[in-house]
Amino acid sequence: MTATETPIDTLIDVDAPPSGIGPALADAWTEARRHLMVIPRNPELLVFSTIQPVMFVLLFNYVFGGSIQIPGFDSYEQYLMPGIFAQTVVFGSSFTAVGIAEDLSRGLIDRLRSLPIAQSSVLVGRTLSDLVRNAFTFVVMLAVAFLVGFRFGGSLLGALGATALLLFFSYSFSWIQAFIGLSIGSVEAAQSAGFIWMFPLTFVSSAFISTDTLPGWLQAFADVNPFTVLTNAARALYNGNDPGNELWLAIAWATGITVVFSTLAIRKFARATG
Amino acid sequence: MHAIEAHGLTKTFGETRALDGLDLVVPRGSIVGVLGPNGAGKTTAVRVLTTLLRPDGGTAHVDGIDVVADPRRVRTRIGLTGQYAAVEERLTGRENLELVARYFHLPPDRIRGRAAELLERFDLVEAADRQANGYSGGMRRRLDIAMSLIAKPSVLFLDEPTTGLDPRSRLGMWDVIEELGNEGTTVLLTTQYLEEADALADSITVIDRGTKIAEGTADELKDQIGGDRIRVSIADPANAERAKAALAPLATGPVELDAGSTTTMSAPIRAGGGVVPQAIRALDDAGADVLDVEVRRPTLDDVFLTLTGRRADTDTEVGA
Repeated sequence: MTATETPIDTLIDVDAPPSGIGPALADAWTEARRHLMVIPRNPELLVFSTIQPVMFVLLFNYVFGGSIQIPGFDSYEQYLMPGIFAQTVVFGSSFTAVGIAEDLSRGLIDRLRSLPIAQSSVLVGRTLSDLVRNAFTFVVMLAVAFLVGFRFGGSLLGALGATALLLFFSYSFSWIQAFIGLSIGSVEAAQSAGFIWMFPLTFVSSAFISTDTLPGWLQAFADVNPFTVLTNAARALYNGNDPGNELWLAIAWATGITVVFSTLAIRKFARATG
Repeated sequence: MHAIEAHGLTKTFGETRALDGLDLVVPRGSIVGVLGPNGAGKTTAVRVLTTLLRPDGGTAHVDGIDVVADPRRVRTRIGLTGQYAAVEERLTGRENLELVARYFHLPPDRIRGRAAELLERFDLVEAADRQANGYSGGMRRRLDIAMSLIAKPSVLFLDEPTTGLDPRSRLGMWDVIEELGNEGTTVLLTTQYLEEADALADSITVIDRGTKIAEGTADELKDQIGGDRIRVSIADPANAERAKAALAPLATGPVELDAGSTTTMSAPIRAGGGVVPQAIRALDDAGADVLDVEVRRPTLDDVFLTLTGRRADTDTEVGA
């Protein structure tokens, strides 16, 4: 046993670990960078996660397009596509739950938590990289929508605003998913837990149909569903109509979800995970 | 100041008391093996000491810093290699190392330099630019430890570092750990392999049910349960009494015939060499024709069995 009291050769200032917003942002970027580097190295995942929304665009358009008429819209595409876009970006958020569950089960979260970094940066980095992934999927889907006849009915600015709103919603849902991923831990379970509740959320809404056609009790839910609010606001902006209050309501929902669930998820992360 | 000092640590998960008043002292620059069966509390202890888990009670200091009050400063001084090789599969070995270096906010040239140094040291230069998902178990483990060493931590925690490795990789890992110890890094190593603690650790803490049940060097632990035993076989049962009398001066306890045998006898002896030639001489002088003499050191399995009444590798009680 060599109980030497020699000073420890260390590369960092052990008494003043970096703190404050600057290093925290750098840490978040390091973490986001890790995920972004991995995306192109897993092309299968990228291809299949892009195929799914494209398939939805084509299926809904060609299967239901002929039989669904929406008053006030000349074609079903103009009504449907914003709904599919909204559903896709929200579904896309489930990557966050799966990714975090994977990192947990592989011990990577433990490794990160044992480093002198801002604890919040791991989740901020993860959700930001998922936002980039979802934006990529969105662009591909938009191109396909154009191919089947979807057009911006209003200004380009309105369309950009609608896109930004959808991606903001997607980001806010990533925080719900981060919380789910941290709570569940098993990759397989996170896969369904992140996904399953989004089916009623997105289908019992104005995404694909007019909510007037629903039975009364279901319509009541559909009308207050934040997903309906989001779809209506995006649809109005893409078609050059006035979104009215629903735009502000949608922004409020996304902001509220982000604040509440980022707080919950970061707290859950910082507290020991078993 | 010791590298690790923990007193009375407790942690309960639901009904399970994972830590039940654990004391642990690790002197600076030593390798301490924490030995115990599955579920003894080894991993929970490591998680508390590495700030991943808050204890319910007790105190713990690493490098003199309180793990509960000042976890962030503790994290600047420790390296952790957990039970899974925590590497990003789709990044290369080099990228994995640079990732951790970036988290420590090293300047860009130090990031590259430190990664290159560690790749060299852990024999990963050839594989440096291949994705880690193509690595063997041993390579992955080496990368994992290299990642823990980025910032030259003063205390390294290795939680069952060889679990799941093939025998050759395990020996390779032993070399790595021994070398770290020689360089003065304090290493806390948990293991359920008795021979591993024996081979690597300067001192061993045996824990069971969340509490320390023994500590000392491997030799001290073995002495604690009665040291070595000599076992002698002779040709003729008629000479048994004579042989027993000849052995008595060398023994530290009674010389007894083994159960069911008239020609084989055993006795506890003091630890250390020189007993075998003395025994043979004494038996020859007494005219007992010796067939075989062996001295057996107790294994840590014997230690565990004696201390707990259970074997280390199973959870089954051994009948009293």
